[in-house]
Amino acid sequence: MDLGINVIEMLLYLVAIIGFAAINAAYLVWVERKGAGHIQRRTGPKEVGPYGLLQPLADGAKLMSKQLIIPAGVDKPLFMVAPLLAMVPAVMIFVTIPFSENLVARDINIGLLVIFAFASVNVLSLLMGGWASRNKYAVISAARAVSQNVAYEIPLLVMTITIVLVSGSLNLREIVFSQAGAFWHWNWLPTNGNFLGPITFIMFFICYLAETNRAPFDLGEAESELIAGFHTEYGSMGFGLFFMGEYANIVIGSALIVILFLGGWYSPFPEVVPFLGSAGVWWFLLKMYLLIWLVVLIRWTFPRVTLWSLLNLSWKILIPFSLFNLLASAGLVKFLG
Amino acid sequence: MAGYFTNILSGTKSLLVGLSITQKEFFKKPVTLQYPWESLEMTPRYRGHIQLIKDPETGSHKCISCGMCQRGCPSNCITIHSEKQEGVKGKVLVKYELDFTKCSLCGQCIENCKPSAIEFSKEYNLASTRKEDFHYDLLKRLKEQK
Repeated sequence: MDLGINVIEMLLYLVAIIGFAAINAAYLVWVERKGAGHIQRRTGPKEVGPYGLLQPLADGAKLMSKQLIIPAGVDKPLFMVAPLLAMVPAVMIFVTIPFSENLVARDINIGLLVIFAFASVNVLSLLMGGWASRNKYAVISAARAVSQNVAYEIPLLVMTITIVLVSGSLNLREIVFSQAGAFWHWNWLPTNGNFLGPITFIMFFICYLAETNRAPFDLGEAESELIAGFHTEYGSMGFGLFFMGEYANIVIGSALIVILFLGGWYSPFPEVVPFLGSAGVWWFLLKMYLLIWLVVLIRWTFPRVTLWSLLNLSWKILIPFSLFNLLASAGLVKFLG
Repeated sequence: MAGYFTNILSGTKSLLVGLSITQKEFFKKPVTLQYPWESLEMTPRYRGHIQLIKDPETGSHKCISCGMCQRGCPSNCITIHSEKQEGVKGKVLVKYELDFTKCSLCGQCIENCKPSAIEFSKEYNLASTRKEDFHYDLLKRLKEQK
């Protein structure tokens, strides 16, 4: 009896999480295209449904009804598995994300570790997809993506350790609880007691842009040089899964920043303010979508960096600074906290 | 070393300025035209294929079938068919053929036309897979316009 209820509960979680991930990924594409359009003084998608709102569904139907072409000479098993590896970890990560105090599928003690463990699989999928495609551009792109992701994973993790030191927990809920209160209690401002908060926040944001392969660090799929990079040979739903995985990763990254730096579900106003002061899932989603909008805006504002300057930024600036940041934060926690 | 940090600061500032510019552009109205649904008014001197001018007094054309346009046309794309009719002075136009596939829009026919019966139309949505579609009967076209 108990087992039955558990299974139903788990299935419900699964459906809800996959639904959330898929809807977000699909509609982020719409936001991206609409945003890009208006930034460039165009209208963006507008034909399918009001304001083009049904465009993602039409795209999905189109992708699913297309033939899955496997080019001659590809490494078939790898070629088939790579898109799945791009999407599945992204869905898995949603399990640990606390959207509000009680709205979390599985409250894992080492949630932060789980997120980074699954997020690092993404690189593997890019590498597998690029390598298995037997295409020069795809291989170049895969090599770029791997060198970029390796370079940026280090400062990202060091910065995460800094936050773990400050809040004293690997549990995502605990990290948010340690930032309880209005916006000056959050980790991104020095008023939280951690003087290096803003630096950590900015560096984390840069690393997150690079980790999700977003512009201006989208060297992996540089459209103008590498056609589309690692997914050049993919059509139909193989491409669709890569695409959804990419956008799901943006959602996860933004949610992670909200949890680590922007006070999770807490309201930016003090609790004495009526109505606006109460914490809740809406604050989490609002912060998350504002961050996602910032990411979209950045993509349509800045030109792509070159590979050497991308790697220089990580190895020469972000890694030394993040290590120094870690030491200094540890000192602050030890002597002030 | 001082240059290093001022460089970082000025760079950060320019990035923020760039972001604010795109954000401002986002809220402005689109400048593109949704073509099949909207289209621009053609400029006054645009040269489409020729057409007969409708005379507001008679409600018909002003052509006297003198054939000057046909003679002046360097590409021989105009053929005029006319006949004598009972009780009408002069010849009456029954068919004004224009083979637009050969026309170079030089405007000789319009220059030659004494009663100013023809003009350039503003027609630019012309596409077809058969060349016969560009053999017009301008008189029929004028009647259909009513």
